[in-house]
Amino acid sequence: MTGKRTMNNYEPVIGLEVHVELNTKSKMFCRCSADYFGKEPNTHTCPVCLGLPGALPYINQSAIEDCIKIGLALNCSVSPISRFERKNYFYPDLSKGYQISQYRWPLCINGQLTLDNGQVIRINRVHQEEDTGKLFHQEGQTLIDFNRSGVPLVEIVTEPDFRDVEAVRDYAKKLQQLFRYLGVSNADMERGDMRLEANVSVRKVKSQKSKVKNTSQNLKVEEELPPYRVELKNINSFRFMVAAIEYEIKRQIEALEKGEKLSQETRGWNGDKKCTYVQRSKEEAHDYRYFPEPDLPELRIEESRVKSLESSMPELPWSKNKRFEEEFKLSTAQAKILTETEELADYFEGLVELGGKEGIDAVKIANYVINQKIGAGTSVEEVLGKIKAKGEGVIGDERELEKLAQEAISENEKAVADYKSGKEAALQVLIGGVMRLSKGKADTSKLKPILEKLLKVVT
Amino acid sequence: MKLTKDQVKKVARLANLPLTSDEEDLPEGEAGKYSEQLSRVLEYIDQLNQVDTTGVEPTFNVSGESNIMREDTTVASLSQEEALSNAPQKKEGMFVTKGVFEE
Repeated sequence: MTGKRTMNNYEPVIGLEVHVELNTKSKMFCRCSADYFGKEPNTHTCPVCLGLPGALPYINQSAIEDCIKIGLALNCSVSPISRFERKNYFYPDLSKGYQISQYRWPLCINGQLTLDNGQVIRINRVHQEEDTGKLFHQEGQTLIDFNRSGVPLVEIVTEPDFRDVEAVRDYAKKLQQLFRYLGVSNADMERGDMRLEANVSVRKVKSQKSKVKNTSQNLKVEEELPPYRVELKNINSFRFMVAAIEYEIKRQIEALEKGEKLSQETRGWNGDKKCTYVQRSKEEAHDYRYFPEPDLPELRIEESRVKSLESSMPELPWSKNKRFEEEFKLSTAQAKILTETEELADYFEGLVELGGKEGIDAVKIANYVINQKIGAGTSVEEVLGKIKAKGEGVIGDERELEKLAQEAISENEKAVADYKSGKEAALQVLIGGVMRLSKGKADTSKLKPILEKLLKVVT
Repeated sequence: MKLTKDQVKKVARLANLPLTSDEEDLPEGEAGKYSEQLSRVLEYIDQLNQVDTTGVEPTFNVSGESNIMREDTTVASLSQEEALSNAPQKKEGMFVTKGVFEE
């Protein structure tokens, strides 16, 4: 692990803020289409998302439900009463002069996520807000496209629990996977569906013992946080995030070693020069003057609604991962690869179910799918056939297979009748029959057409 | 409640209001026009503090409603032309504003 190397007895203290744009049909507070990407500028706006005087916001229920689902998946408690607030600042991407966000009464609080290294990252909050317009800087002018203004955005904020960059990467990847499993966002970093901000500082490690304790377990011992933190913004890929944080840790340690005092500032990442640069210093630090949004009545989230949302959620990636390990006796690494997308996980389970009937072991299937990089679209019969063919003494000879198939047909009158009456699935029974007769050695990829051919002449 | 020069400067910056040079250049301790006006406003509002609000829940919204939400459906948006119709300056279908320094 990269973070375990000694850094002159310094350790990084990192917290992460992740923004994710929801893929709802309409915007957060108006009925403009939220499908803005690549569209003609300023064709998805109305008085609400343009911030025209007198326009009133109207909450999108699906967005609230998505936000709660994300919170539940991250083990948060859902606040019985939640309120929106105005976050006031002047910047051209914000037409109203404030962003409707949440501050003192977020929808979800106090969650946690367990990383691959066993560390538990505490989630401070999961709250709902709206996206801003998009700016284009051109020859001393700034052009504004408000299509993105008002698109639902969920912000997920961790406590400063990360002690190494690898953990940050794992966390961010897990969130992306979660958004896709829940179907709440495409979470495409390049498109800006998902954006990362890291708060990075470093401190002297008090003793080797406490360091080990902190990196391997949940933070039981509260240590003093550094008196400053650097906010890294504008990171649009996992690779850049890792590079920016690593650069920043090195820069800060070097500065402290030289006796410099580090201060609160916002820095961006320059991908060409591979370094971070100051965007905003402490003197310009934000003062948002949050206050409750008077145009929006509060949300009262009933326990029954939380329960029904919870039951509508799919099996989460980490639960699936664990189940695959236990149920199919896969290694952690295998289970991780196969549960990377819900699509691949479902496909694998389909293979295992069918393969099981033909006596093909789940681990064998897992190995084949992973080694051959089999995609979820590939024909199940073909894959199982190939796995079989890899085994010893596979019967691939068509005449021999026909003989076996004929035998299976005469043994399984019911399956034949079912098939004749239109039950395609009955073919699996016959395939299973052939496999039994051949002691699992028949090449399944060739069986289907042979059986179909023979069944045509059966009366 | 008297506001200092620095407080006035800060409030002006947050409100995105330009200050006249005589307001900015006043020696410390001397109140300019804004300082006096703002202080008077604050004093006026400060009268509310005389009311005893012990045990009174804060009012966040006067409607008394909750959970006012709508289905996730779309309606037609304004046309680009309509959206830009109040813009003092436009270019390539976008609003134009004075350059914001970034990078």
